[in-house]
Amino acid sequence: MSAPLTPDDVAKVAHLARLDLTPAELAHYTQQLAGIVGHFRDIDALDLADVEPMTQPYPLVNVLRDDTVRPTLDRAEVLACAPAAEGGRFRVPTILGGDA
Amino acid sequence: MGAAHDIAADVRAGRRSAVSVVDEHLAAIGAREADIHAFNLVLADEARAAAADVDRRVAAGEDPGRLAGVPVALKDNMCTRGIPTTCSSKILEGWRPPYDATVVQRLAAAGAVVIGKTNLDEFAMGSSTENSAFGPTRNPHDLTRVPGGSSGGSAAAVAAGFAPVALGSDTGGSIRQPAGLCGVVGVKPTYGLVSRYGLIAFASSLDQIGPFATDVADAALLLEVIGGHDAMDSTSIPQPFPSVVDALSLGVEGLRVGRVTDLPEGAQPDVLERLEAAFLALEKAGATIVDVTVPAFTYGLTAYYLIAPAEASSNLARYDGVRYGLRVDAADTAAMNAASRSAGFGDEVKRRIMLGTYALSAGYYDAYYGKALKIRRMIADDFARAYQTADVILTPASPAVAFPFGSKGDDPLSMYLEDVYTIPSNLAGHPGMTVPYGTGAEGLPVGVQILAPALGEVAMFRAAAALEASQ
Repeated sequence: MSAPLTPDDVAKVAHLARLDLTPAELAHYTQQLAGIVGHFRDIDALDLADVEPMTQPYPLVNVLRDDTVRPTLDRAEVLACAPAAEGGRFRVPTILGGDA
Repeated sequence: MGAAHDIAADVRAGRRSAVSVVDEHLAAIGAREADIHAFNLVLADEARAAAADVDRRVAAGEDPGRLAGVPVALKDNMCTRGIPTTCSSKILEGWRPPYDATVVQRLAAAGAVVIGKTNLDEFAMGSSTENSAFGPTRNPHDLTRVPGGSSGGSAAAVAAGFAPVALGSDTGGSIRQPAGLCGVVGVKPTYGLVSRYGLIAFASSLDQIGPFATDVADAALLLEVIGGHDAMDSTSIPQPFPSVVDALSLGVEGLRVGRVTDLPEGAQPDVLERLEAAFLALEKAGATIVDVTVPAFTYGLTAYYLIAPAEASSNLARYDGVRYGLRVDAADTAAMNAASRSAGFGDEVKRRIMLGTYALSAGYYDAYYGKALKIRRMIADDFARAYQTADVILTPASPAVAFPFGSKGDDPLSMYLEDVYTIPSNLAGHPGMTVPYGTGAEGLPVGVQILAPALGEVAMFRAAAALEASQ
């Protein structure tokens, strides 16, 4: 399989998952995740070349329904759940110029 | 108090008022909830109002339904319109869903009364309820020990008599393990049997809602009320399922009960002793015991801890501080997303999100997630071979009785091993249930797990009824 998990790996994963980690947290999670990933080595010995992946237990595909007009959630009720809303929309801080 | 089927029969016949039933259970909650902490929220006013409506309908000559006046404790990851639904996470604290989960609608349509929202490991990630942002639930049998998890609040609520029945969710054992540790019946139905519409997603190819009860008959009744096709869940099985209530009287004559000869090690002697007693009891009741092998069982833990975190990392991406839940303000939206998630998620949730993100990331996908999906197929194939000669399989529900708080310490792997016997059936999409079967170390409850193939609930409940009757 692959090399042991490093602090750089965990920092990259935390960024992808939009989690901010302190240096202490980074060290803590690196140690724990390395232990867990190390345990996964038990599958290295398996011969899986001819095994089909299984993504879901029940073979349903493309469940469709008629495109009919039905009641939907109330917009005011939904927006009332949001941390910030304005003019019938969700309000967020600046989206351009920050972290890409 | 009493069993749900007795309460419903009495309320429907006008022998007992639903309000008095609710008040009795609220009194039980008042007496012990401060010690146990089964609930995130007790819905005293709402439950009394719903019960009064049931009583009005009975007085008017209507039939409120099969669960008339039955208090139900609901795991706090199922949406209740206008009523806080937290997943025991700070990131959803105070959120009031704008809709009811399908199971909540079906409970109401059957005359049941939701009495409270129960505690869980945050986002159902854990096996002890120690991961709740609102503090742990304690085991009613021993307050120094965990109730199991993640549905620990629901299991404890039923064990303590706070409600005759409860709903939980089971992604890797989160109904069956706490049921065993609290000495109650817990059922994970076939994947697709119960609608997940309104169940806050953890791992969508594994999650399933199911009942907790004090006896097998109540579990069967509750499963029939909540089960069946729902157009709002695209993974819902579009066919009727046979009655599990009717299965209770069928007996086990001729039923083939499998003993897994290559079961992963780790179960304690007291647990294995109760499992042997269960095999003997079923044989005495007319079943045939057969040896089966499920070689991939032992790889279930690894496959699960790649697949479930991978799906969770995707499902939990929705908590971004925009549409609901916690927001921590920052200069731009990306920084706000990260600040909100970092403040809102607890330690175990972050660990699993990162594990899943890692397993799915470029360069590692084939080595981890891709391999896990292939192991999932092997487990399903192994079960299919085993079920050619067995109708059901018996295993321990968990390796040991309830453990003391903090005893799994800072080692996530030792906690993950709690689910070694329950995980494979989630991966395969099969049903499984725990039946309490006596006591083990320290006089604490021990559960036996019954597994069956997809839509094999009738055989599973036949075995469960026989095990219960043998005690």
